[in-house]
Amino acid sequence: MNPGCSGRGEPMKRKAPWVLLAISLALFTAGLAMGEYGTVLEKAVSVCLSCIGIG
Amino acid sequence: MKPIPKRRRFQFLSLIALNAYLPAWMKGEIYHGSLKGTCVPVLNCYSCPAAMGACPIGALQNSMATLKFNLSIDRYQFGLYVLGFFGAVGSLVGRLPCGWACPFGLLQELMYKIRTPKIRIPRFLSMGKYLILAVMVILLPLLLLDDFGMGQTWFCKWICPAGTLGAGVPLAILDPAIRARLGSLFAWKLSLAVIFLILMTLSKRPFCRAVCPLGAILGLFNRTSLWRMQVDGNKCTRCNLCQAHCPVDIRVYESPNSPECVRCLKCRDVCPYGAVEYRFLNKKRPEPEPYEA
Repeated sequence: MNPGCSGRGEPMKRKAPWVLLAISLALFTAGLAMGEYGTVLEKAVSVCLSCIGIG
Repeated sequence: MKPIPKRRRFQFLSLIALNAYLPAWMKGEIYHGSLKGTCVPVLNCYSCPAAMGACPIGALQNSMATLKFNLSIDRYQFGLYVLGFFGAVGSLVGRLPCGWACPFGLLQELMYKIRTPKIRIPRFLSMGKYLILAVMVILLPLLLLDDFGMGQTWFCKWICPAGTLGAGVPLAILDPAIRARLGSLFAWKLSLAVIFLILMTLSKRPFCRAVCPLGAILGLFNRTSLWRMQVDGNKCTRCNLCQAHCPVDIRVYESPNSPECVRCLKCRDVCPYGAVEYRFLNKKRPEPEPYEA
């Protein structure tokens, strides 16, 4: 097998994405519970002067 | 006439879906609906008139820039919604949205089709996006504060060409009040955007590879995400056909889940030996369609 090519048996690595996904969903849900969706919405519905290049 | 490849169709569909509020183009204003708090996993400026969702890089900078102020008024918001969003997308598919859904990625791929001399981007420049993520997106908004404890969105303000081209230029054309306020900052951003447009014709996805902080974040998940690229070492001959077609110029056989890979699957489609495949949720996916350039 070429050195850079990936093998099939990676059981330890395969747990990592599930753990990361669970942590991420927990953070996401906590953010929603703290009203962060509304904060992002508040910014997103205003014209972003920085993005345009005004200030 | 050649049929449009599946991925290109998907990229155009994404461009339209993410910018579906067409009345904005008539009114010269931006979409104000409640959907707009939803982050999208691509670089699509939320001040683009028709944008339906929130740019996660803009949202992350705003979280950093207002952290101290929010704490000073007992509002406990830490940007968890945005961080969780990055983590969820990354741990599911890594950088796949860059290859399939990002309008700015699509623009770069189309610009590269213009016939010009082509140049290779030195590999070390790929570190630039991590530097920009750390400094312009996180540290400066978090630490350089005004008298009220508020920071600025440094990346949006000084660099982001997606904001200039997707929001600045259209709003300057559509809204006389905005046009009247344009000054040296806009001139700087427009010049930078033009430089990027020229670079896009010369090199494959230069912005994604050297500058994009969103690509930097999602790329960190490529090695661990549920979506996996795999190369069968017994079939691979290292003919480099994959690199020749790769929009980010990587040798897939050296590192199938490189942080640079945007998971466009061109390598899989062009490999004459069927050595490249991908898995999602540990299931092998079906054989590729015949490659259409």
